[in-house]
Amino acid sequence: MSTILFLIGFPLLVAIVLLVLKEDRARDVVVKASAAVIAAAAIYFVARNVGSGEEFYVVPHAETIGTVMMAIEVCLALVIIVLGIQKKRYLAPVLSIIQTPLMIWFELKEGHHIDVEYAMYIDRLGMIMVLIVGIVGSLIAVFATGYMKDFQAHQKGKDRRPWFFFLIFLFLAAMFGLVMSNNLIWMYFFWEITSLVSFFMIGYNGLFHKEEEEDKIATRNAFRALVMNLGGGLGFAIGIVLLGMNFETLELSNMILLGQMGQPVFIVAMFLAFAGITKSAQMPFNSWLLGAMVAPTPVSALLHSSTMVKAGVFLILKLAPVLSGNLAGTMVYLVGGITFLMASFAAISQSNAKRVLAYSTVANLGLIVTCGGIGTPAAVWAGTLLLIFHAITKSLLFLCVGTAEHHIGSRDIEDMDGLFDRMPKLAACMLIGIAGMFLAPFGMLISKWATMVTFVDAGNPLLILIICFGSAATAFYWSKWMGKLAAIVANRDNVETTVHGSESFVHVTLTCLVVLVCICFPFVSKTMIVPYLAGKTVFGQTIDKLPLENSNMMVMVIMVAVLVLLFAFFFGRTKKRIVPIYMAGVNQGDNLTFEDSMFQPKPVSLRNWYMESYFGEFKMNVIGVVTTSVVILGFIGMVVGALIGYGGM
Amino acid sequence: MVKMIICVVAYLILAPLIGGLLAGIDRKISARMQGRVGPSILQPFYDVLKLLEKEKITVNRVQDFYIACFFLFVIVTGCMFFAGQSLLMVMFTLTLASVFLIVAAFSSNSPYAQVGAEREMLQMMAYEPMVLIACVGFYMYTGSFDVYDIMETPHMPVVYLCGIFVGFVFILTIKFRKAPFDLSMSHHAHQELVGGLKTEFSGSTLAMVEAAHWYENVFLLGMVFLFFSNGEISGIIVGLVVCLAAYFLEILIGNSFARMKWQVALNSSWLVALILGGCNLFALIFIG
Repeated sequence: MSTILFLIGFPLLVAIVLLVLKEDRARDVVVKASAAVIAAAAIYFVARNVGSGEEFYVVPHAETIGTVMMAIEVCLALVIIVLGIQKKRYLAPVLSIIQTPLMIWFELKEGHHIDVEYAMYIDRLGMIMVLIVGIVGSLIAVFATGYMKDFQAHQKGKDRRPWFFFLIFLFLAAMFGLVMSNNLIWMYFFWEITSLVSFFMIGYNGLFHKEEEEDKIATRNAFRALVMNLGGGLGFAIGIVLLGMNFETLELSNMILLGQMGQPVFIVAMFLAFAGITKSAQMPFNSWLLGAMVAPTPVSALLHSSTMVKAGVFLILKLAPVLSGNLAGTMVYLVGGITFLMASFAAISQSNAKRVLAYSTVANLGLIVTCGGIGTPAAVWAGTLLLIFHAITKSLLFLCVGTAEHHIGSRDIEDMDGLFDRMPKLAACMLIGIAGMFLAPFGMLISKWATMVTFVDAGNPLLILIICFGSAATAFYWSKWMGKLAAIVANRDNVETTVHGSESFVHVTLTCLVVLVCICFPFVSKTMIVPYLAGKTVFGQTIDKLPLENSNMMVMVIMVAVLVLLFAFFFGRTKKRIVPIYMAGVNQGDNLTFEDSMFQPKPVSLRNWYMESYFGEFKMNVIGVVTTSVVILGFIGMVVGALIGYGGM
Repeated sequence: MVKMIICVVAYLILAPLIGGLLAGIDRKISARMQGRVGPSILQPFYDVLKLLEKEKITVNRVQDFYIACFFLFVIVTGCMFFAGQSLLMVMFTLTLASVFLIVAAFSSNSPYAQVGAEREMLQMMAYEPMVLIACVGFYMYTGSFDVYDIMETPHMPVVYLCGIFVGFVFILTIKFRKAPFDLSMSHHAHQELVGGLKTEFSGSTLAMVEAAHWYENVFLLGMVFLFFSNGEISGIIVGLVVCLAAYFLEILIGNSFARMKWQVALNSSWLVALILGGCNLFALIFIG
């Protein structure tokens, strides 16, 4: 219990310190030291609890804490209302005005009688999240110390970095709280905090700026994200009210147990899953995540790929046992599947690296959501693997793109050719990250493989087709990016010397983590995921057959090792004579120019394929948004209709 | 275990011989179809041996490494297949190998090679769904992804997987690099892209690409064979005959068509995968 308090309280304390600290050097020291402490605490916490697996905690003074949370919620609602009116964006305030009184009414009137025994609990899935938030989150915070110096140098106006770091650490505290809450009202509170942090971060260059310095796009995108997440929050609130009024409980673990006993809690699960869908930026809500790319890159890495959006899929995976084989589950896997396919297609048409990463994030979250919707133990196993590998690999890629942008002046993939000459170390990290996203024997491919097997076992031909076509598209957009990076372009200067030490440290650490997790994932599966699935509040039975056989996993691990050794010993060594490339006889000798028909030298320029007519972003979004909206409205409409028809549950 | 080792060793030794011979036969038959005498059946071997003696030149320090990896992982793919491993793992390893080839072409930063690489990626995207659907089909029919388990089924899988079989033969045209879908590179001189993907490969590196192609072809014919194996001698005979017939069919197709635009390759492969593959999957689930 004390470690839990520390994990939530300590980042909060650091956040407040950072808010008042204006001096660069002091801030660096505080951020780095506390990041180390948080990572260590997370590891210690997991190491101590992993043996027992599930722990429930009776929180002292829970009543008081609840009241404080309520007060904070009211204050936050007021902030949203004031800001919304100031910036003339009224939808967010309206949503706030609906859901905050709803929650307060419920807590005072109904929730008061419901006894919450264990407000917090931790299981192995929660521990995995704690590790991701603790380790990846702290690494990103360290990265941000260097990155934000360059970022500030590119900005006009006052230095808002104290606000930035305050939000980062506040966010870490909220995430720890979120993944360990058993009382759904508490989870909702932390959920809303992360939504707000995301809102402030996206609007970092707009919300509090003077008219002439304001980045209008940042403000607009921030409000869009806020509106969608508040909409999800409303779904969360409705779920809580339904659960409390009909089943007399507010505990997540109890809800799952009720579901196992055959109670119709899937109706509640449907609303909670809806909140998860908005948080994980599934279609039709994916536009907020694309818009969120205006935020500084560490934010994209931390909130919008590795942790906050994972809160949505985390909740859906937790709910998986009550989603299997019912309307709610069907809604969830349809939304996830369609999102995966459409987002993978849309990624092909993008040349902005951050947007490619964003679409890929949406797509992979879609796969995890689909796994949750199928809701079999094997599916949750695959989904959890996806969650782990994606968090590490994608944060690495975001941070690499962030650094590249500050040094080559662009985040366009077309401008990254020859990165191997200009920033060799960074290009190597980026290449490993990309390989990690789609190639055997790396993590994402392994988990996608497992996902495919579970789709087949679920006997769902639609999902099988979706993953077959989606995987083909995925390989296309990653390999063309990889090719751009790998191109050896003559006469490029090395611009890597000015990269901050903290940035390269984090790149290298995350790259090592990507490889390391690939090597020890069978161990992670054995000690964390398989026992988690057998837990009393999960499926309550040991999983009989994993989607991947042990021998296959071992082959993959060996392949990782072989690849590492091959690159270490043989890469870039040749005794052959180096000659110019072929350009139909008109190469000017430097591999960069050729002689044109007027006998003038002309530079060569090579571009990737984007196939706009096939995979145009707009078209993919329209198809995806329309179909998923129909699915969500249809299923929720069906349930609400049935509820009204029968006059309650 | 003994069976596994024998199969792998046999594949390592025999595949290049069979693959090279098939390539020689291909050239002979093609020549006859075009009214020429054609080279000796052993010509592909002479070509590769000659390549090994060429001057040792390259365009950068990394390209040959990528090609070596491509060669290695194509062989690993085949070995896994003949060792009876999971079909999905086999296919994913093949993808890894193909990506090494693509990255090698990109690394030269040469216009012809890069356009070839883009087209190669497109071809991968075109055939991949059908290949994955084929693996899934085998699993749904036999209950296992493992090649040896599939081979032990009492009835020929092709009976229940006829749609998937036709679809698979369709995308074999891409995999065998035959017209109309030899977009990224081909053996013929009459093309707009010089050597396409392999423009910048020379000497021993090009020899490796050729040898890898032989290994890959034998593995692909192994996939065709799998549709007909029923654990009995009859299955083996029918399987081998169909493999040869399929190979001949691809030669015929290759000689009957001109190269088509990439749109045709993508549209037709995806439609075939969706209609033949998809319907076959639905049928399998319906039958149970």
